[in-house]
Amino acid sequence: MAITESGAAKPDGSRRDFLFLATGAALAVGTGAAAWPFVASMAPDAATVAAGAPLDVDLAPIQEGQIINVFWRGKLIFVRNRSEKEIKESQDVKLTELIDPQPDSARVKEGHAKWLVVYGNCTHLGCVPIGHQGPYQGWSCPCHGSLFDAAGRVRRGPAPSNLPIPPYVFEGDTKIRIGEEGGKAVA
Amino acid sequence: MSAHGTAYVPKSGLAKWFESRLPLVGLVHSSFVSFPVPRNLNYFWTFGAILIMMLGVQIATGIWLAMHYDPSANAAFNSVEHIMRDVNYGWLLRYMHANGASMFFVAVYIHIFRGLYYGSYKAPREVLYILGVIIYLLMMATAFLGYTLPWGQMSYWGATVITNILAAIPIVGDTIQSLLWGGYSVGSPTLNRFFSLHYLLPFMIVGVVVLHVWALHVTGQNNPTGIPIKSGKDVVAFTPYATIKDVFAAAVFMIFFAYWIFYQPNYLGHADNYVPANPGVTPKHIVPEWYFLPFYAILRAVPDKLGGVILMFGAVLILAFAPWLDTSRVRSSNYRPIYRQFFWLFVIVCIILGWLGAKPPEGGYVIASQICTAYYFAHFLLVMPLVGLFETPNRLPGSILESVTGPGKQVDSGSGMPVGAAAAPPSKG
Amino acid sequence: MKTTRVLAASLMALGLSLTAAKAADGHSPNPPRENWSFAGVFGKFDKAQLQRGFQVYREVCANCHSMTLVRFRNLAEPGGPGFTAAQVKALAAEYKVSELNDNGEQVERPARPADAWPSPFPNEKAAAAANGGKAPPDFSVLAKARTYERGFPLFVVDAMPFVGYSEQGVDYIHALLNGYEDPPAGTEVPAGANYNKYYDGHLIAMAKPLSDGQVTYAKGENGEPVVPETVDQYSRDVSAFMAWAAEPHLEARKALGFRVILFLIVLSGLLYYVKKKVWADVGGEVHGLQPELHKAG
Repeated sequence: MAITESGAAKPDGSRRDFLFLATGAALAVGTGAAAWPFVASMAPDAATVAAGAPLDVDLAPIQEGQIINVFWRGKLIFVRNRSEKEIKESQDVKLTELIDPQPDSARVKEGHAKWLVVYGNCTHLGCVPIGHQGPYQGWSCPCHGSLFDAAGRVRRGPAPSNLPIPPYVFEGDTKIRIGEEGGKAVA
Repeated sequence: MSAHGTAYVPKSGLAKWFESRLPLVGLVHSSFVSFPVPRNLNYFWTFGAILIMMLGVQIATGIWLAMHYDPSANAAFNSVEHIMRDVNYGWLLRYMHANGASMFFVAVYIHIFRGLYYGSYKAPREVLYILGVIIYLLMMATAFLGYTLPWGQMSYWGATVITNILAAIPIVGDTIQSLLWGGYSVGSPTLNRFFSLHYLLPFMIVGVVVLHVWALHVTGQNNPTGIPIKSGKDVVAFTPYATIKDVFAAAVFMIFFAYWIFYQPNYLGHADNYVPANPGVTPKHIVPEWYFLPFYAILRAVPDKLGGVILMFGAVLILAFAPWLDTSRVRSSNYRPIYRQFFWLFVIVCIILGWLGAKPPEGGYVIASQICTAYYFAHFLLVMPLVGLFETPNRLPGSILESVTGPGKQVDSGSGMPVGAAAAPPSKG
Repeated sequence: MKTTRVLAASLMALGLSLTAAKAADGHSPNPPRENWSFAGVFGKFDKAQLQRGFQVYREVCANCHSMTLVRFRNLAEPGGPGFTAAQVKALAAEYKVSELNDNGEQVERPARPADAWPSPFPNEKAAAAANGGKAPPDFSVLAKARTYERGFPLFVVDAMPFVGYSEQGVDYIHALLNGYEDPPAGTEVPAGANYNKYYDGHLIAMAKPLSDGQVTYAKGENGEPVVPETVDQYSRDVSAFMAWAAEPHLEARKALGFRVILFLIVLSGLLYYVKKKVWADVGGEVHGLQPELHKAG
C-alpha cells in the first residue's frame, strides 16, 4: 500500500503506477494460484471418488415392512419394503399438510411403489432416525424429535425437508443399482 | 536507535480505541514499516525474509499433508503414496514439503555464513545470534523427525542410527533411548511420537523466531561495513525499501525452489526411502540428508562412540560461543584481510566435510574427515581468538552513508576518524 | 588468499584421488544412459510404450511381482497409458478380488476399476516362500527406489536444468533386464542365483525373465510389427511403464512446473523494476561487493 502511495506522488506517476499495479496484480494472482492446490487437496481424493462406484442391492431378501441399511460413498441409505397400507396412507396425504410438499409418486420409481430408497440421515443435523416409530410410522429422529412418514417426508420439524433420495435405477424387479442414473454412473 | 522513522499514529476512532488497549498495529508498524534499515545491506540480508517465507511454506504444506498422512508403521508408507497418487495436488504438496526442507537449510546456511562473515554475532547482538543457533538446532530436530515419517528404509534406519547416538550419553542414554522408542526398537510407537513432535517443533521455531526478530529490533541490523548506524542518513525505512527488496529476493528464491519441486523432486532425497521400512535389512549406504552431512562426517571422524557424539554436538554448540571466541574489534570480514581468508577456508572445509559425510567411512575418507574436523574446531578455538589479536584491520569508512557514496561526496568524511567504540579498529598497528 | 587456495586445492586433490581409488575396485558397471521420452523439462510418456510395457508386465512380470499401489483406474487416468474407461472396466473384470460378504464369508467378485492390481501371492510371506526366501520387490515405486551413483562431478551436472538427469532408476532397471550374461571364468554361481552384470554383487535370484519373441505386441495398421519383439524393446517398454507407475503425475508435474517457473520469472522481473523505482527515491541501491574489498588487502 505504501508503495502505491509513494508512487502516486512522483512526477512520472502514470508509468510508475502502471508498473506497481501490474506487479500488485501479479502478486495477487500468484498468491491465489498458490492457494489453489491447498484448497483442491481437501476435496475428495481420487481413491474416494473411485470407491463411490455404483452399488448393487438385491431386494429379494427384504421382507415386507423391513428396512435395511446400506452404505454408498460412506453415506447411510435406507431401503424400505413398504406395505400396501403404508403406500396407501402415503399417497392419500394432502400435500398442503406437508412441510416439504411432494407427492408419494415423486418419492419412488414408477411401477415400484413398494420400494422406498432414501438417505438415512435426518435433514436437520444428520442423526439417524429410527424406523417404524412415531405417529406417522415412518421414522422418528432421536436427536431433536423430527418425524418422517413412510415416504420419508418430514411431518414435524425441526427438520426442514424430506429425506433426500439417492440416485438409483432398477435393474429388473428385485435389484437396484445405487449411484447410477440414466445409464451412467454419478460423478 | 538513533534514527527512528515515523511512529504509528492511529487515525480512526476504532483504531485509537484498539491501540490504547493493545498496541499491536503500532508494534507491527515499528517492526516492519518504520524500522530503520542500514541502506547498504546487500542481498545476503534478504535471507532472513526468505527463511520466514520458507517456514511459512513448511508449516502450510505440513498442515495440509497431515490431513492425509497416517502415522502408524503399517500405514505410513502407503499413506504417503496415497498423497502422491490420489490426493488432488498431493504430489505437489509433498514435493514442496520435502524439497522445502532442503531449501530451508540452503537459506539458513547462507544466513549463518553471512552472520559469520560480517561479524553479526558480535556485541551487542550475542543474544540475537544465540537465538539463531537455537532455531538452527530446532530446525535440525524437526528435519530429522520429518524424514522418518514416510517410513521408508532411510526413515527407519535414520531413526535407528540417531536414537542410538543418544544412547551414547552416559547414565541416562539408555533411558532416553527407550523413552524415545516407546518399545524395544524403533517401531510404530516411535513413528507416532515422532509425528507428534514433528508437528510441534515448527511452532516452537515460530516462537523463537519471534524472539529472534525482537532481539534484532532492539539491537538493529548489522551491515556489510559492520559499523553502527550514526545518523538518519545511514538508514532507510524498512517499508518500502527493505520490504520490496525482500519480496524480490524471495521471488527469485522461489524460482530456485520451484526447479527442485518440478524437475528434480527426488534428487535431494534417497532412492532407498522408496523402499518400505524393513527392520531386517539395512541399506548399503546409510547417509543422512545433505544438510546433516558435515556433522555426520565429524561423528564418523572419531573411532569412539561417545567421542564422536560429543564432537558432533560440540560442532553445533560451538557456534553459540563465537561472540566470545572472536577477539577482533572489527565486525565485518570486509575489513579483516587475514581472517577473511580463514573464513573462506572454513566454508570450504564445511563443504568438504559435507562431501565426506556422504562417503563410506573407510581409508582416506576417514583421514580427510579427521583433518577437516580438526580445522572446523580450530577455526573457532584458535583462529577466531588469535587472528583477532594479531590482525591489522583495514581502515573503516566513516559511516554507512560514506561506504555507499564514497568518502569524497561525504560532508564530514574525516578520514581515519575514530568511529565509535564497537567498530573502531584496534589501536595496535 | 594464497594459503586458502593452496589448502583448498590440496583438499580437493585428496578428495579426487579418493574417488579414483574407489572406482578402481571391482564394482558393477554403471548402467548406460538411455533416451526416455519422459526425461527433461518437456518430458511426456509415450502412451503406446506404456501400453506395451503394461502388456509385458501383465504377461511376464506380474506372475511374481506385485504392484499394489496401482489401481486399475490409474490405467485410464490422464498422463498414463491412455486406456479408455471401458477398456479398464473390462480388464478389471477379468480379475477376481476377494471380499467379505454380509455373512462374514470370503467371497470372490470380479475386480472393479477402483481395485488395486491383484498380487500374485496372497501375502509377503507366501511370496518369499515361493521365491527362495525373499519376496520379489513390489513394482509400484521401484523405478524411484533404485538408482546408481555417478560420483563427483557428474552428480552436480545431474541437478542442473536442461542437462539434468533423474532417470537413473529406470536406466538401472532397463540395464538389469539386459545384464544377464555368462559369468566370467572363475566366478562360482551357486544354485538359485544368476549372473547379472549390473546387479550389485552380480548374483541375482531372478532368472533371466525375458526372451526375444516372448510377448506378442499388437501389429500396426499394415500388419507389420510396430516395434521389434526383442528383450531390449521389452525391457525398455516395461521400464517406461514402471517409471509411470512410480510417478503417475509426472506429466502434470512438468507441465505445471513450466508455467510456475515462467510466472515466477515474470514476477521477479516486475519486482526488480519496482524495487529499482522505489530505491530511486533514496538515490539508488549499492550493488555488488563493497569497494573496500578491492582496496589494500
